[in-house]
Amino acid sequence: MQWEIVIGLEVHAQLSTQSKIFSGASTAYGAAPNTQACEIDLALPGILPVLNKGAVERAIKFGLSVNAKINSPSKFARKNYFYPDLPKGYQISQLAFPTVQGGCILVQVNGTEKSIRLTRAHLEEDAGKSLHEDFYGMTGIDLNRAGTPLLEIVSEPDMRSSIEAVAYAKTLHTLVRWIGICDGNMQEGSFRCDANVSVRPVGTEKLGTRCEIKNLNSFRFLEKAIDFEAQRQIEILEEGGTIQQETRLYDADKDETRTMRTKEDVNDYRYFPDPDLLPLEISAEWIEQIKQTLPELPQARRDRYMAEFGLSAYDVSVLTASREMADYFDATVKLLPTQAKLCANWIMGEISGRLNKEDMEISDCPVKPDDLAALLVRISDGTTSGKAAKTIFECLWLGEYGKNVDAIIEAKGLKQISDDDAIEKLVDDVLLANVQQVTDYRNGKEKAFNSLIGQVMKAAQGKANPTQVNVILKKKLSGK
Amino acid sequence: MLNASLRELSKQLAEKKLSSVELTSFFLQRIKTLNPNYNAFITTNEEISLAQAAAADKMLAIGKGGALTGIPIAQKDIFCAKGWLTTCGSKMLSNFVSPYDAGVIERFNLAGAVNIGKTNMDEFAMGSSNETSYYGIVKNPWDTKAVPGGSSGGAACAVAARLAPAATGTDTGGSIRQPAALCGISGIKPTYGLVSRYGMIAFASSLDQAGPMAKSVDDLALLLNVMVGFDARDSTSLQRPQEDYTSDLERPLSGLRIGLPKEYFAKGMSPDVESAVDSALAEYRKLGAETVEVALPNASLSIPVYYVLAPAEASSNLSRFDGVRYGYRAQSYSSLTDMYRKSRAEGFGPEVKRRILIGTYVLSQGYYDAYYIKAQKLRRLIAQDFTEAYQQCDVIMGPTTPTVAFNLGEKSTDPIQMYLSDIYTSAANLTGMPAMSIPIGFGDKNRPVGLHIIGNYFKEAQLLNVAHQYQRITDWHLKSAV
Repeated sequence: MQWEIVIGLEVHAQLSTQSKIFSGASTAYGAAPNTQACEIDLALPGILPVLNKGAVERAIKFGLSVNAKINSPSKFARKNYFYPDLPKGYQISQLAFPTVQGGCILVQVNGTEKSIRLTRAHLEEDAGKSLHEDFYGMTGIDLNRAGTPLLEIVSEPDMRSSIEAVAYAKTLHTLVRWIGICDGNMQEGSFRCDANVSVRPVGTEKLGTRCEIKNLNSFRFLEKAIDFEAQRQIEILEEGGTIQQETRLYDADKDETRTMRTKEDVNDYRYFPDPDLLPLEISAEWIEQIKQTLPELPQARRDRYMAEFGLSAYDVSVLTASREMADYFDATVKLLPTQAKLCANWIMGEISGRLNKEDMEISDCPVKPDDLAALLVRISDGTTSGKAAKTIFECLWLGEYGKNVDAIIEAKGLKQISDDDAIEKLVDDVLLANVQQVTDYRNGKEKAFNSLIGQVMKAAQGKANPTQVNVILKKKLSGK
Repeated sequence: MLNASLRELSKQLAEKKLSSVELTSFFLQRIKTLNPNYNAFITTNEEISLAQAAAADKMLAIGKGGALTGIPIAQKDIFCAKGWLTTCGSKMLSNFVSPYDAGVIERFNLAGAVNIGKTNMDEFAMGSSNETSYYGIVKNPWDTKAVPGGSSGGAACAVAARLAPAATGTDTGGSIRQPAALCGISGIKPTYGLVSRYGMIAFASSLDQAGPMAKSVDDLALLLNVMVGFDARDSTSLQRPQEDYTSDLERPLSGLRIGLPKEYFAKGMSPDVESAVDSALAEYRKLGAETVEVALPNASLSIPVYYVLAPAEASSNLSRFDGVRYGYRAQSYSSLTDMYRKSRAEGFGPEVKRRILIGTYVLSQGYYDAYYIKAQKLRRLIAQDFTEAYQQCDVIMGPTTPTVAFNLGEKSTDPIQMYLSDIYTSAANLTGMPAMSIPIGFGDKNRPVGLHIIGNYFKEAQLLNVAHQYQRITDWHLKSAV
């Protein structure tokens, strides 16, 4: 039987506020346990929550960027359950009226575009962390995370493969960083996914029983967990079994998912509106104000790059992988509008490669857009060769010669020989010294041509303009 | 000092005829001697109280005192006060010393008042007789065989027995007004949101409201002036211009329309209470007020609605008492769940457990719509009744409680009977409207009777005016239990 995989994702994006969603404690990562938890985060008797406006702003920003409806009023509910790292015994979340409702995200999968619908995005607080290491026979509780603002972005079950799911998650990841609402740091748990996976025979409408895989904190794990889980379900069904609805964990070491809890012990969360928080009224003015702060979104940027510069879909997707990257491209191409492809190639090639090697972000790149543009100008006007430009780039990277491209060319002798007479002289010398190869070429041995080019370039110490060398050599050989 | 009003005490302090240290010592001494008879206080802390008194004396010395500077106030043990044991009447918090001040405590501290001690209360404010406290029952100073009412029974007793000049209470279903009535003192529950709930240990968040309890209405007005005010740390706190609650006290009552809900004067009220209320109404007519009959058709729903909503919120609010971070933790347990179970089983008393169970039930899947949602809808209907009634009258009056104080142990085995003690008071919590109780005489066994006065939103000043005018021509509030 042919099976279809159905996937919906729940993404928890930690909002980039300085303080927690209901208290003034800091959200900075990595502090000593329980040093960033005030009386509110500790849920001392008598404490009350006060909503952080910054968290709401970020949720609205997200909603606007995915064309969702901003609910007003949106309401906060209590989700009641006991867990040692949940200090109040309930989590403040949203249920019936989330701040963000609907919307969709366009995803590129294998060169085609697919729209993934969003169900909602709701604000909630994170819980603390249980520490099992270093506590023999006991568990430590760190409440630094408790109260960290999260936006839970819930998709419709619109994805049909792990590849689509990863593409969706990556697009979302880019978007939340792009609009500056989440730092996207997956190692620190700022962006994590739960995947709902089910399978059904191709052609059927009815959804299969789903399993939820919790807390996937890398795209690779997301892909592998879905693939494993889908295969597991298919095997069970093909053997005539049935799928139990349950929550599962992905074990990266063993590359498998395993049961965390089954439907039988699923909590009754006893949701009800939090009486400590009033319904959240969001005025049209406020929404409009936030709209003004939205940057040009990735999709708009991609469309613009294709239309304005004729770049390929692939190039455009790489250049818009992050807002910093796209801004870098914009700043460079602005100085060199006719050479967009050259700019793109250098950013995607030399710059990205070097940043990867050094494990750096583009925002920290020592070669600024003006530096790069100055270099590319010298390539396009023939002053220097593409090959020599790599040496110049190295000098720019290291900050040598005051990062002055012309000074570097001068100092390093990287000026390209573009003078026809000079090149002709070189070619003549080479032809005289290689009579045998000239004969070979004229007798139809094409390979001999390349060898002659190599000889000319060697004689020019690599500085001759290769295009000109090519033309002049061809002319001479044909006896013209 | 014993029977002096807050104005008199304040005057003596300002004129240096009395120091706050003397006044505070006087009441601390009274508590030391008499509290064993009443059990009105859970905690006293002479060191802190006297230090506050000394600080107040310094303020007074430089003429910087306000109306309450140097005045000892008994604080209900539901308010977190920095450095003070704050138990909420529960074993669960029997070891909890608060590291922070509640909004109310902060305001009293800022006013230079002295915290004279933490008063006894029903466990987590759940009760109408002060018999559910882990710290033991409180006795009614008028008759020590009788209950003082609850849950602010310790506060009412402290004022009635003159162990403190004034006290704070909290009112979720009548917990200020009912004990005020049973102990023959005055108490007011302001409009929901006027007094900060920050640091006030939550019972039912949408109903809880703090308010003052004192010998007279004039005292209440002075106390309200300190207690009312916006608190950014409480999202339900209301931002309103500061009001002086003493400014309207002397306004004559001619033309006042008093609404008498026929539902409150039907069966249920005992004859002694009825005759006291009738006499009080006669006084009001003398003051120029007229009475009109109004209808509150959904009045009988208040108790059922209250006993769905309050436990629902309580079951959630009390989840944090799990033995993990603070408070009581069971000595031995075998697993995490076992620790929760034993800590809560041993830390909570039966009434608290009963309400947690009811609350958990009404919020659970399959019952939520039938109970919680239904109750929320009825809550709106009840409020609508009052809004309509206020078209025909300015204030609503009736008995605060259906009977005078009952005997200790009389209702403690029958929760339903106990719940009916709040039959007249709970509607004001469901609607959020202000309401108060003042003493109007004595009923059976010479136990006090209270008159309940309910007003429209933010009509505290009017309620105080109405009550004060009565106290101008009567002396029930001057009668002392000791």
